[in-house]
Amino acid sequence: MTFNVRLDLLRGSAIGLLAALALASCSGPATNGQAAASKSVAAVAAEPVSSGAEPRLRLITRDQYLNTLAYVFGADVRPDVEFAPLERVDGLLRLGTSRAGVNDTQLELYQKTAQNVAASVIEPQRRNFVISCKPKNEKAADRACAEQVLSRIGRLMFRQPLPKDKLATLVEHASASADKLEDFYAGLAVAIEEILVSPKAMLIAETAEPDPKKPGSMRLDAYSLASRLSYYLWDAAPDEALLKAAETGEIMTDRGRAKIVDMMIASPRLKDGMRAFFDDMFDFEKMNTLSKDALVYPAFTGLTAEDAREQTLRTVVDHLITKKGDYRDLYTSRTTFLSPPLAALYQLPTVKGWTEYQFPENSPRSGLLTHISFLSAHSHPGRSSPTLRGKALRELLLCQPVPRPPANVDFSALENPKAEQKTQRDRVTFHLENPVCAGCHRITDPIGLAMENFDGSGRYRTTERGATIDASGNLDGKQFTNVVGLAAALHDHPGLTSCLVKRAYAYGTGSQTTNDDAEMLKFLNARFGAAGYRVPDLLRTIALSSSFAEFKLEAPAKDEAKTASAVPATE
Amino acid sequence: MYDFNRRRVLRGMLGGGAVTVGLPLLNVFLNGNGNAMADGRPMPVRFGTWYWALGIAKAAFVPGKTGATYDFKPEMEALKPVKDHFNVLTNFTAFRDNAPNLCHFSGWVINRTGAAPMTSGNIPGETVDVTIASQIGRTTRYKMLTASADGNARDTFSYDNPTTPNASEVSGLKFYTRLFGADFQDPNAPSFTPSPKVMVRKSAISGVLDDVKDLNKVVGADDKARLDQYFTGLRHLEKQFDQQLTKPEPIAACKKPGALKEDTKVGSDVSIIASRHKILTDLMVMAVACDQTRVFNMSYGGSSATRPGFEKPSHTATHEEPWDTAVDYQQTCSWFTRRAMENWAYYVKSFADFKEGEGSLLDNCFIMANSDHGLARIHALDGMALFTAGKAGGRVKSGLHIDGGATAATRLGYTAMRIMGLDIPAWGAKSNNTSKEIGEFLV
Repeated sequence: MTFNVRLDLLRGSAIGLLAALALASCSGPATNGQAAASKSVAAVAAEPVSSGAEPRLRLITRDQYLNTLAYVFGADVRPDVEFAPLERVDGLLRLGTSRAGVNDTQLELYQKTAQNVAASVIEPQRRNFVISCKPKNEKAADRACAEQVLSRIGRLMFRQPLPKDKLATLVEHASASADKLEDFYAGLAVAIEEILVSPKAMLIAETAEPDPKKPGSMRLDAYSLASRLSYYLWDAAPDEALLKAAETGEIMTDRGRAKIVDMMIASPRLKDGMRAFFDDMFDFEKMNTLSKDALVYPAFTGLTAEDAREQTLRTVVDHLITKKGDYRDLYTSRTTFLSPPLAALYQLPTVKGWTEYQFPENSPRSGLLTHISFLSAHSHPGRSSPTLRGKALRELLLCQPVPRPPANVDFSALENPKAEQKTQRDRVTFHLENPVCAGCHRITDPIGLAMENFDGSGRYRTTERGATIDASGNLDGKQFTNVVGLAAALHDHPGLTSCLVKRAYAYGTGSQTTNDDAEMLKFLNARFGAAGYRVPDLLRTIALSSSFAEFKLEAPAKDEAKTASAVPATE
Repeated sequence: MYDFNRRRVLRGMLGGGAVTVGLPLLNVFLNGNGNAMADGRPMPVRFGTWYWALGIAKAAFVPGKTGATYDFKPEMEALKPVKDHFNVLTNFTAFRDNAPNLCHFSGWVINRTGAAPMTSGNIPGETVDVTIASQIGRTTRYKMLTASADGNARDTFSYDNPTTPNASEVSGLKFYTRLFGADFQDPNAPSFTPSPKVMVRKSAISGVLDDVKDLNKVVGADDKARLDQYFTGLRHLEKQFDQQLTKPEPIAACKKPGALKEDTKVGSDVSIIASRHKILTDLMVMAVACDQTRVFNMSYGGSSATRPGFEKPSHTATHEEPWDTAVDYQQTCSWFTRRAMENWAYYVKSFADFKEGEGSLLDNCFIMANSDHGLARIHALDGMALFTAGKAGGRVKSGLHIDGGATAATRLGYTAMRIMGLDIPAWGAKSNNTSKEIGEFLV
């Protein structure tokens, strides 16, 4: 077990020292390579040898499914469907896809969805988009036309060409169904359903082959590499161009792979991929069920939560992808986007639809921490929570798991606010004075208190119950007086960028990072820093790295694969 | 293969050696008393669960007396009208042995799986409802149904295995469509015509089964188990298609409910949770009555429930509300528990009021209910309260308060499995292992 915080930044601070000790005593595995970010490219020019990421059998996510349907059948084919929840592993739902099972209920859901999609595809107004041929007789089978259509759909949904026998089976089913139903299109729909409900569509089975350049090593085969790249960067199955590159073998050459990756990063579809990644990393799934007490926060509705999530994702994509900005600046940037419901909550004049907005320099709104999404998601329904906000910052943005409270903790002294306890600071002081609580709450509360100028719905305030709010605090030794100072401290925190690197690498490879990946993460951190913390450059480095597509046959030590689970702290 | 008659089946049940064979419920074939099929087969007995969060406060909940003439404390007040239909079991323990006390997790996991989890999120095995559904749920359209009034599909207490939760239905509209939408076969419809579309759909499944076999050649051992599960799911689809192609037997009690006009509301206010609970319960009752499933799970939840104008949700209140020494419990927390019990009362009453044969639907059900803790304030795993509801086709009596004497809470899950016909000598791990039924309520 190692530290998650750079001790050199904690020196000279009693709080910082306590925080470090607390993390040392109760945190999970280290944020690999966190202290290693260096801007010297020369020192890290070569990718270190690593164990790489093995092939996985991953369950397709709902968004991957929908993005793929949009490419294959058109953007308006978007069924209203929710897949079963995934387990969050080491901070990412994406890693849970390698473990998730599929039971009767899910199969039933897949089948119903497939049925709806297929019915939609053959509707007269849509069929011209997908069905590139006309049957000789619409009331009977047409094997040639069915084969033409099904080979394309099957290839895209299975992420590789259909074997001849499989295609023949599909055509047979389509034809027999067409004859029985006396409808070519209805018969075709049955075969499309068959494709969509197949495990070859719903499960991403990566396969490997011996690496001819490195005896003893394995590498993903061409189609598996195409899939891994595509789900990483686009959150969708490979398109025609990628499959073509796999088919020709171009993707397996260094030059060819670089060309493909550059094309993918330049594509507008990168935005889909990055929205999915940050939605996962920021744990925005909880926005689906976020609600507030209508008596306390009447302006906060379900629509507010939806728009708050969208605001942050738009800001992220605009800053990182469109403007190619420094990742750290996301946490201090005053540029964002507003919708009408959000403008009301931000106490700003109304806007027409989604509008880019710049908070003034003297505004307390500075960066993602001051977005309604972060502030409201990590609060209680009826009040703010310094502990939940501090915990979220640690776990989501710095990759530092906060231990759960002991089950036998004595809460007797932590009771309803007393008359003299007007602010959250007054109330959580108990946490910091009680030795049982202090160990972990010193990690969270001094950060969270800096966000107290925002209530549980994210609305700005200067007082609480008539008392002026003191929003001062510190982040691992860096003192500040308000949330703008916290944002600046977070901007400069080494854990911010190394956490992103860790998450991006695990997300791309589909594998939980272990101590075996320490050198690789150190390398990626250095490259990220040298590139000015531009996320597209980080994505490119990861996508072109050897460890992204190759792996050694030796398995890493089992004890290093264990990671503490992130669990909610109580306040 | 088996020559079932009522006497033999009941004898088998009592001995724990036989499993009821699921058959469609056909009132026109009931015997003279309306409590069994005309040929002697018993009415199908269904199994259900119910869950509420954050336990109970002993002083406000636990009756002073045991047996049939117990007294009602404030937290159980709402249950008075349905007293004859349930049993309340108090003073049970979920043993964690050397496992940590994972707050709001260990308790329900032990109750439902028989074993203490070692880490948060780790489910040691399948839950009791899944075990029972594997026995009695294979002949119905749905092996089991799961719903949550909390509004979050993640709020489920049903797992096929550690990585496969049975996601909860949270939307009334979607649940209605799933149950009574276009694919619902009204058993009382005057005519029946097998759908040719379903016929061709069923034949196409064979191709998908072959895809599973193909994939099996390229994955490792762990993933083969996942593919096996996929294969089983496809078989289930085939069975559903078969059922759609078979004329259903009439079921007098089954009446397709009218379409919902609007979806369940989003929110955590107790009144909103109660409204969702009502909608989902009403649909669940009709699903059971129409023999769409014989295993059903409902969660009221309530850990994130809010009270209008009260700044803390229920869970936070358990930790931060002062202990009222005058009454020996936390007032607001108790207020939340009372709301949960109102919903439990609604659940029980809904099944009890539904006529089936000469009795009620509840007479042919066995429902177990549990929470995550005893006293949630200190995350207690002792002093846990449990409930049963229903008479399980005559195998169970109700209206009792039973003191568990600090014995294993897993005794309820074990008893449930025995009642439902599983021939198992014991259930549970380490101190939770039990072979002792809760005999007080068995006939």
